[in-house]
Amino acid sequence: MTHSNNATLTRRELLIQLCKLLKEDTIEEQIDRIPLNMRPKGNQSLRCCIHKDRAVLKYKIMALLGFNIDDEIDELTSLRDYLHLAKERKVLTPTVMTVVDEACSSCQQGSYNVSNMCQGCEARPCAVNCPKDAVHFVKGQAEIDHEVCVNCGKCLQECPFHAIIYRPVPCEEACPVKAISKDEQGIEHIDYDKCIYCGKCMASCPYGAIMEKSHIIEIFQAWKSKEKIIALVAPSIVAQFRQSVPKIYNAIKKIGFSDIIEVAEGAEITIEHETEEWAERIHSGCQLMTTSCCHAYTELVNKHIPELQGKVSKTHTPMVYAGKLAKDRFPDAITVFIGPCTAKRHEAYFAKDIDYALSFEELGALFVANNIDLEEMDDKIDIQFAKKDAQFFAQSGGVSQSIKNKKGDSLKSELINGIDKASIRQLKQIAKGKTKSNFIEVMSCEGGCLGGVNSLIKGNQAAIVFQKNQEVISS
Amino acid sequence: MTEEKIYKVQICTGTLCHVMGGAELPALEEYLPKSLKSKVKVKGMVCANYCTETKLKPPFVLINGELMSEASIEKIVHYIQNCEENDTFK
Repeated sequence: MTHSNNATLTRRELLIQLCKLLKEDTIEEQIDRIPLNMRPKGNQSLRCCIHKDRAVLKYKIMALLGFNIDDEIDELTSLRDYLHLAKERKVLTPTVMTVVDEACSSCQQGSYNVSNMCQGCEARPCAVNCPKDAVHFVKGQAEIDHEVCVNCGKCLQECPFHAIIYRPVPCEEACPVKAISKDEQGIEHIDYDKCIYCGKCMASCPYGAIMEKSHIIEIFQAWKSKEKIIALVAPSIVAQFRQSVPKIYNAIKKIGFSDIIEVAEGAEITIEHETEEWAERIHSGCQLMTTSCCHAYTELVNKHIPELQGKVSKTHTPMVYAGKLAKDRFPDAITVFIGPCTAKRHEAYFAKDIDYALSFEELGALFVANNIDLEEMDDKIDIQFAKKDAQFFAQSGGVSQSIKNKKGDSLKSELINGIDKASIRQLKQIAKGKTKSNFIEVMSCEGGCLGGVNSLIKGNQAAIVFQKNQEVISS
Repeated sequence: MTEEKIYKVQICTGTLCHVMGGAELPALEEYLPKSLKSKVKVKGMVCANYCTETKLKPPFVLINGELMSEASIEKIVHYIQNCEENDTFK
């Protein structure tokens, strides 16, 4: 029904605590107290005991300070020491996510299990239909021999009592490219040669064990040194706060950003180039072109579907163009991309005009730390608003529509609305020419950026809020 | 004529509540069971500082003036259904 869960809320609470201490400038003295304050003595623990809970929180804070958990120096190294190291850090790394091994519960390998609903019936279709003879009956109850079972799921389909259940490993199940797997201890590790940075593992882990490495420290350091920081705001922000866009932008300025450039302004340039490129390619006999604005998709092609490489548009993403606009207008300023996406954080590392990335969750935490009441913000702002076509890049189908508006029905588009195992198979077919379309738009998240993993409002609700805001803007 | 029972649900629109899960609560109307659809009015309310003045956790809502902390759509629907079943409308 809803998207909130305690693992998400814990991450947000940690972000809020961290931002508050940074804002009050009491972080040096207080940072090691965060786990204690969040899990005080006498309270019920989520895991085996509060000490484990606190250790997990400590490592999650380490990730929020921008570290890989593997960077751990010594178990006794305090968060304060890590804070110092973070403040001295001069370079980022392209590793944007890290597994908090202390939090990873080593979920048992995905398997089919017999529940106590088993009636030990006469029909026993589970055993009869098992191709590996893995189901046996002990004291009238079915048992699955996991040494023999090949996880085909026939027993689950056949049981008339729904007594067989499948227990997945959520992160492995969510990863579309098998980039996350267990070590000998059962702890998950991300294989960065395979990872496309879609963030689906992070969103799916019920223990919140996969964390994004935040740039919060770098951003606060820049504020402290009075540097000019420009916010490059993704169009999906419209659906995040149930407030008007000028109010949100004024709040962004109030927390310390000196100017705002809409990433949709960059999208206007993407539309121009992409339309031109598509027309040229089709004119020169190419059958089709795919979009390039979703970084998780371009990573997918480079790492897993190389046969599609030649078909991906060479046009840059809206973020890259917006970064260029920002550096042209404010040459000495620091640029921060604000969006809902783990993949963009990875892309930002390689984009020369983007310095840091901030997620919508992190932005929300900064609003809280700065006591921002969005309702009270001024409803007017003097900035250059991007055109409506470009704003719709936030939504799946937006890119295709913007080109269709220019080229009409000659554009036959197909939408891959979310990257998963099935859509990857579909893309492999498309690479073989099995499509009637000449333009393929691919979005890693269902619904497009509005469904980004770091959104405060997701899915259907985000689409509704986005639509309402667009109506307000056009009226 | 008996007065019709209307449950007034006020959702805190403060930023903390919004970030800590309140962002989803305005969708409540869509998730109400049919029998409650005409009986519930959902509104926003200005932050009343429950987050700083109590030890309770956000997001906060008021249902006919009664404070609910750590509110979720499920919790709100359950609360109202309970009031209906036990005839404890306030």
